Amino acid sequence: MAAVKWHSRVRKYEDELQKCRLDGASLDLSDYHPLKPITVTDTKSQRGRRKGSTSSSSSSSSSVAPDPLSSMLDGTDPLSMFAAASASDDLGRRRKEREEEVGADFEPWSAKRAEILARFTTTERLSINLFMGLDKGKVTSPTSAVSEKVRTRLEELDDLEEGSQKELLNLSQQDYINRIEELNQSLKEAWATDQKVKALKIVIQCSKLLSDTSVIQFYPSKFVLITDILDTFGRLVYERIWSMCSDPHPLPETFSAEDVNDTAKETCLNWFFKIPRLRVSAIFKCNRFLSRSGIQDTLPRLTSMIRGIGDPLVAVYARAYLCRVGTEVAPHLKDSLNKSFFDLLASFRQIHSDSVQNQLVMHRVEIPVYLTLYSPAIHWILQCVSYRAPEDYINCADIWVEFTCRHFTKREVNTVLADIIKHMTPDRAFEEAYPQLQSVIRKILTYIHDFSVLFSMERFLPFMDMFQKDSVRVEVCRSIIDVFIKHQQEPTRDPVILNALLHVCKTMHDSVNALTLEDEKRSLALLINGFIRMVSFGRDFEQQLSFCVEARATFCNLEPVIIQLIHTVNQLAMETRRVMRGSHSRKTAAFVRACAAYSFITIPSLTSFFSRLNLYLLSGQVALANQCLSQADAFLKAAVGILPEVPRNIVIEGKQRSSEGFLLDFICNFLSTLLVVPDHPEQGVLYLVRGLLNMVQDYTWEENSDAKVRVYINAIPLLAAVSQESYLYSIPKVDSNETLYGGDPKFIAEVNKLCETLIGQVLDHLKGLGRDESIRKQGSLAFALFGCLLAHGDLRNTKLNQLAVNLWNLSHKHGYCDTRTSVRTLEHIKQQAQHSDMVHLSDMITRLSLQSRA
Amino acid sequence: MSSSLDIRLKRANKVYHEGETLAGVVVITSKEAVQHQGISLTMEGVVNLQLSSKSVGVFEAFYNSVKPIQLISNNIEVVKPGKVPSGKTEIPFEFPLHVKGNKVLYETYHGVFVNIQYTLRCDMKRSLLTKDLSKTCEFMVHCQPQKSKVQPGPVDFTITPETLQNVKDRGSLPKFMIKGHLDATNCVIAQPLTGELVVESSEVAIKSIELQLVRVETCGCAEGYARDATEIQNIQIAEGDVCHGLPIPIYMVFPRLFTCPTLETTNFKVEFEVNVVIVLHDDHLITENFPLKLCRV
Repeated sequence: MAAVKWHSRVRKYEDELQKCRLDGASLDLSDYHPLKPITVTDTKSQRGRRKGSTSSSSSSSSSVAPDPLSSMLDGTDPLSMFAAASASDDLGRRRKEREEEVGADFEPWSAKRAEILARFTTTERLSINLFMGLDKGKVTSPTSAVSEKVRTRLEELDDLEEGSQKELLNLSQQDYINRIEELNQSLKEAWATDQKVKALKIVIQCSKLLSDTSVIQFYPSKFVLITDILDTFGRLVYERIWSMCSDPHPLPETFSAEDVNDTAKETCLNWFFKIPRLRVSAIFKCNRFLSRSGIQDTLPRLTSMIRGIGDPLVAVYARAYLCRVGTEVAPHLKDSLNKSFFDLLASFRQIHSDSVQNQLVMHRVEIPVYLTLYSPAIHWILQCVSYRAPEDYINCADIWVEFTCRHFTKREVNTVLADIIKHMTPDRAFEEAYPQLQSVIRKILTYIHDFSVLFSMERFLPFMDMFQKDSVRVEVCRSIIDVFIKHQQEPTRDPVILNALLHVCKTMHDSVNALTLEDEKRSLALLINGFIRMVSFGRDFEQQLSFCVEARATFCNLEPVIIQLIHTVNQLAMETRRVMRGSHSRKTAAFVRACAAYSFITIPSLTSFFSRLNLYLLSGQVALANQCLSQADAFLKAAVGILPEVPRNIVIEGKQRSSEGFLLDFICNFLSTLLVVPDHPEQGVLYLVRGLLNMVQDYTWEENSDAKVRVYINAIPLLAAVSQESYLYSIPKVDSNETLYGGDPKFIAEVNKLCETLIGQVLDHLKGLGRDESIRKQGSLAFALFGCLLAHGDLRNTKLNQLAVNLWNLSHKHGYCDTRTSVRTLEHIKQQAQHSDMVHLSDMITRLSLQSRA
Repeated sequence: MSSSLDIRLKRANKVYHEGETLAGVVVITSKEAVQHQGISLTMEGVVNLQLSSKSVGVFEAFYNSVKPIQLISNNIEVVKPGKVPSGKTEIPFEFPLHVKGNKVLYETYHGVFVNIQYTLRCDMKRSLLTKDLSKTCEFMVHCQPQKSKVQPGPVDFTITPETLQNVKDRGSLPKFMIKGHLDATNCVIAQPLTGELVVESSEVAIKSIELQLVRVETCGCAEGYARDATEIQNIQIAEGDVCHGLPIPIYMVFPRLFTCPTLETTNFKVEFEVNVVIVLHDDHLITENFPLKLCRV
């Protein structure tokens, strides 16, 4: 086919617009329109007239149909609900297990033991009275009837060996220690050789020694030595019952009463019946064998039983021992520990009672020395009481903070926060209390939405510092930003808020690493973007730009944030233009160029090609609007420059998709911008258009794709528009090519030549599509080109006219075209032909035939 | 003699109620096969009454009334005459605990003058030349829960020199004030006796506070009887000069076997009391007595 000479149709855009404009029909309120919101007016009075409205008693209410998606998300979605449930469940279980044993963070008794032994020594002679330790007084007063009875009852148990009464006098401290150790050994031996009664006797004798306070300075050490024996005994009994249960299967480490067989229970009960009162505490742990609540019930009782010990020193050590045994098995039972402590306080006044004073005189011990004897026991009790106390504290604080937030001002909330920090900082107690601390934050955020108030509480940020575990920290940051986005009404420039929130966002951003899920990144970026959008320095544009610079450095790993920043900067430039009403001063011109520079150097850091392309185009448009011609040129050139690198496939929502459609869209968009871009004085005519078309030609399109030809067809309207005397649109204060060339025939000729080349390319392509399988494609392309000629070509030119008719016929030759479109096109042409300057079209219609499908 | 006989009950605590079945095994251990004339089990329940030495003279006349009272006596054959192989042989059995007629099974109770005891005896009869083998084991009977509702009512007490009954010269007594309460004197036998005691004030230091559980056993009939109170156990709840104003718990578990639900029959009675005993440093002894009514629910 010979090359066709191109003639652009002359367009009078204004007139065309006038002709095309629809008659604006004003809509009456009562008229039906599908886009009108559903309005319910008082139906009682108008029922007769209106149809289809729901009855409602309110006089006027507007309702939007519920979005099915959002209504589905209304409740917690089941997946996350499961996850949350199982997590909390799991956590709860783990917590529970952990609660019931003492952790490594508890200083063990063994550490204390040696210290006490070294500190409380004596050079006085000691005695062990293995028969009358308890009843010394009673022996001297055999008249007491009850004492006699007590004695007869105890007689069996009291004798170590039948009929023997041992009183070891005049022992040095070392002898004493050795003797006790011997007792310990003989206890083990007796147990091993199944002499249970003898073992029990030893234990009872020893525990009686505890109430003997002669040589009072040595008492703490004596306590340590003798409780060793009690410990041994407790362990022996526990192990024995354990082994009884272990047949046939060994018990799990965390067993409950149900796992224990009857024989073992019976034996265990027997031990409890045999062993009177306080000494039970030695075999305290065995309670676990009996029932779930055993320990819980027994511990308070034993605690109050200690009140029956008259000697305050003996009592305080008994309390310490009970606290120790109690903490070993059930550190979570704080009530008893507290009770021990309060009993200790209540009984402290006994020190000044006559009986103690007399004792001190007898032992020739001064009060200050006497008081030091208490210190190991009190220290131990306090250690038990304070163990995991932060946990209890924080549970209360969690409640208090809500009360404070609801009824008081930030000053009081700040005080509560300061108190929490004070309690949770020692020993890094906060590590154990993240859920509660998070809940504190949540509550504060529920009640305080004013972030200037929030961040002006000076303890708020130090409080945040307690979240040192990354995942928790990020979680907290998210909730803060979330609330900020939801509740911040106006953009802010408050430096306190910005500083704090920037820090918060940075924390979120810094949590992103190679393992972070896409979804996670997306949601983090969404939050950060929300924050960035709420930052405004008002008229202080430079400040805003430097904020964006800082933010870019801070959030470099989150692409959506970078994109948002570029948009923000572009918006900033446009805002500047608006403020200057389109004409920049030297200062603002420099500023908008700085904005352009910002975008220009930021865009290449993005990995997504389409983000880059679109941002180049957008930034180019912004630069153009701000009369930054060379910057605009650079943006558009950069966009053209990366076109060849655009991959054929891109990943969208996790799926590989062909990028062709997107690329085509972008190029069309790009072409329409090129209309207003003035040519560079040192480059040839329409060098950007040529550059683009060259890139399109060289691009490796998909095989058998028409994309390239479609671009060519789409370029023709641009070229037609370029050759008009006055352009369809232009940018204020920017001279487009219409002014630069002023309709220079040489320029027009260049443009026409370009068109001819394109048409030639298209026609060549059409020829190649003659084969069967591509006939349909051929038809549609031919029709597209026909449309293009009809709209933009000057069809008075016979050659062009003939080409159009040929294209029409080609597209209808095989009957693959859409008849409705054809009919409508014909109608359009007929309508056009009625205009005075288009009469030639009526002639053409006669040559366009509608062929019915074969 | 190399053969031995043993009874093993399935129930570890050996506690049974009327109508239940004692299940277990008879274990025969022998180096060689044992020839026997049959193995049988005998279940017996007996109340033994004994008169205290001080009342024997008076009660010689009523001797008949204190002979043992049989509550139950049943016999079953476990194995017919034959041979038991060498080694360890376990013969399982089930023996229902049923009373004949309208006799009542009292709870097992080991006292001083009254003893209620149930035994299971296994006898292996053998030929004239060898001795019969026999093994006895005791089992416990708990009576059926009592239907009458227990009314738990706390009992408050205050002990001062003025409340004491057998004092001639109140002036010589030191001043003291001890208050407290027992949560109930109608006690459930399986649950402990509980309460509190506060030494409000005391001129003389306190040496000891004790809880004394006492059994009161009465044997005899309408014509005459012997009533004896003896101590079951004594538990010290305080030692030394305890802190004033701080409540000290009263807590006592009723010992098994040595206590039973309060029992009253035509021939004997078993009752219980608790004494709160306060010993002062000058060996004054103050006792407050509380009769108890024990029951099983």
